[in-house]
Amino acid sequence: MTLVESRPTAAPGPSATTSATPSVTASAPGSRARPRLRPGRPVRLGFLLGPSLLLALWAVASATGWLDPRFLSAPWTVVGTAAELAGTGRLQDNLLTSVGRVALGLAIGVPLGTALALVSGLSRWGEAIIDGPVQIKRAIPSLALMPLLILWLGIGEVMKVTVIAVGVLVPIYIHTHNGLRGIDSRYVELAETVGLRRGAFIGRVVLPGALPGFLLGLRFAVTTAWLFLVVAELINSTSGIGYMMDLARTYGQTDVILVGLVLYGLLGLFSDAAVRLVERRALSWRRTLAG
Amino acid sequence: MAAHPGGLIRVKGLTRVYGDRKVLDGLDLELAPGEFTALLGRSGSGKSTLLRALAGLDPDVAGGGTVEVPGEVSVVFQDARLLPWQRVLPNVVLGLRGAERRGRESLAEVGLAGRERAWPNELSGGEQQRVALARSLVREPRLLLADEPFGALDALTRIKMHALLRRLFEQHRPAVLLVTHDVDEAIALADRVLVLDEGRIAAEQRPGAGGPEARAETHAEIRARLLTALGVTAGV
Ligand SMILES: Nc1ncnc2c1ncn2[C@@H]1O[C@H](COP(=O)(O)OP(=O)(O)OP(=O)(O)O)[C@@H](O)[C@H]1O
Ligand SMILES: [Mg+2]
Repeated sequence: MTLVESRPTAAPGPSATTSATPSVTASAPGSRARPRLRPGRPVRLGFLLGPSLLLALWAVASATGWLDPRFLSAPWTVVGTAAELAGTGRLQDNLLTSVGRVALGLAIGVPLGTALALVSGLSRWGEAIIDGPVQIKRAIPSLALMPLLILWLGIGEVMKVTVIAVGVLVPIYIHTHNGLRGIDSRYVELAETVGLRRGAFIGRVVLPGALPGFLLGLRFAVTTAWLFLVVAELINSTSGIGYMMDLARTYGQTDVILVGLVLYGLLGLFSDAAVRLVERRALSWRRTLAG
Repeated sequence: MAAHPGGLIRVKGLTRVYGDRKVLDGLDLELAPGEFTALLGRSGSGKSTLLRALAGLDPDVAGGGTVEVPGEVSVVFQDARLLPWQRVLPNVVLGLRGAERRGRESLAEVGLAGRERAWPNELSGGEQQRVALARSLVREPRLLLADEPFGALDALTRIKMHALLRRLFEQHRPAVLLVTHDVDEAIALADRVLVLDEGRIAAEQRPGAGGPEARAETHAEIRARLLTALGVTAGV
């Protein structure tokens, strides 16, 4: 073969080998290059690109008078209003209240959903008892539970936090449980052969194995939490971003409503980004498409 | 299954049934401590089933018989079976307490010193299998069970792994039961080669008997006999 003959004269390296066998040459630009199927390197701060474009569009439409300010205030009006609201302290107060509710709801719902998923995933009895009710809860729109929750818990903080916690529990449970069930049985066999005790088994095999599922569930949970917050705050509330927006509706202040919307959007966006950051750190062992 | 101090591994009348198929049918087997045994057999003859019975990994499988093995049994699987979410060293000392130092030593023994903090994904197939070997060694097993541990490796890596396994065996002297498809691998590595057929040990050869010179002499003869036992007519 020509490859063998030409090798001693050619310089070392992969390019030399390729050039020695013309039939395999693939390095010429434009010729049949190997298709790149991976999405490529991650774009820095790429998650901001889409929202920025949307913002630019909004600004252009407002500046050209194409958007009626009574219908949708201009971005700078919204910024001005936000500054005004921040000046009086109203914005911070309401924001803090809302963030507090979501944090508390997550703090209760996430561990609860995880614990239920663990019990249900690790024992057949647990699954028989827990899985059905959670699936039923999933089938009932959470908003439809609101009247009952209000009757039981009143319209105070307890009701709001409960709505969020119960809403958050479902995606956490579903995805963690799914992740648990997807753990390769070969790892379970390995754990048995090296004699892992139950605690170590959960810590070393079950939880890390279910982590991708759990984190996916957490992303859904965070979004869901803000969703339920809005609903809870629009009903009979006296504080929070939702209350601020509802009040603005009564006075026809689109700018204040928009401040609330932007806040919700930003909070949702940043909490999702935070979860994704955690995801990337925690799952650094994986070599996947997302890289 | 009973642990016993003598060190002899004894299997008596072992039967394992899947559905209505008797995979193991009254199998008797004794393995001396510190002896390297290879187990050959046609695909589906029940080699893995026997190994899983010895490892106590088949509590749900129907059957009977007695299995006496020492307390410290280690298994090397065909796939390295490293936890992908744990780095190399935690994989080696999985389930052991305060064994970091011994874990490092084991890794050094298989030629992977310095790779303690690598992810299993970052290692080649042969390196992963060496980590699996280190994971078995660090437990100082009295019985090492290996189910085609080199089946997925290329020929060159296999040869290197053979030498490594034999060296580790000579240093640590566990009883070894190595399942393999490869007659030559069995002859090259083991002191004793068994053939499993129809649910029992159907043939036995001792390539190691008479020292290394005799090994080369009788290699062809032993090979032919083993192949016959495996149902292959060696008419080359
Ligand atoms: N979990 C199982 N359920 C049903 N049948 C099984 C199961 N495990 C093994 N068998 C059957 O038992 C027989 C022996 O299987 P075993 O895996 O022990 O063979 P083997 O000798 O290891 O084969 P190979 O060399 O291909 O690995 C096969 O016919 C297989 O189909
Ligand atoms: Mg097998």
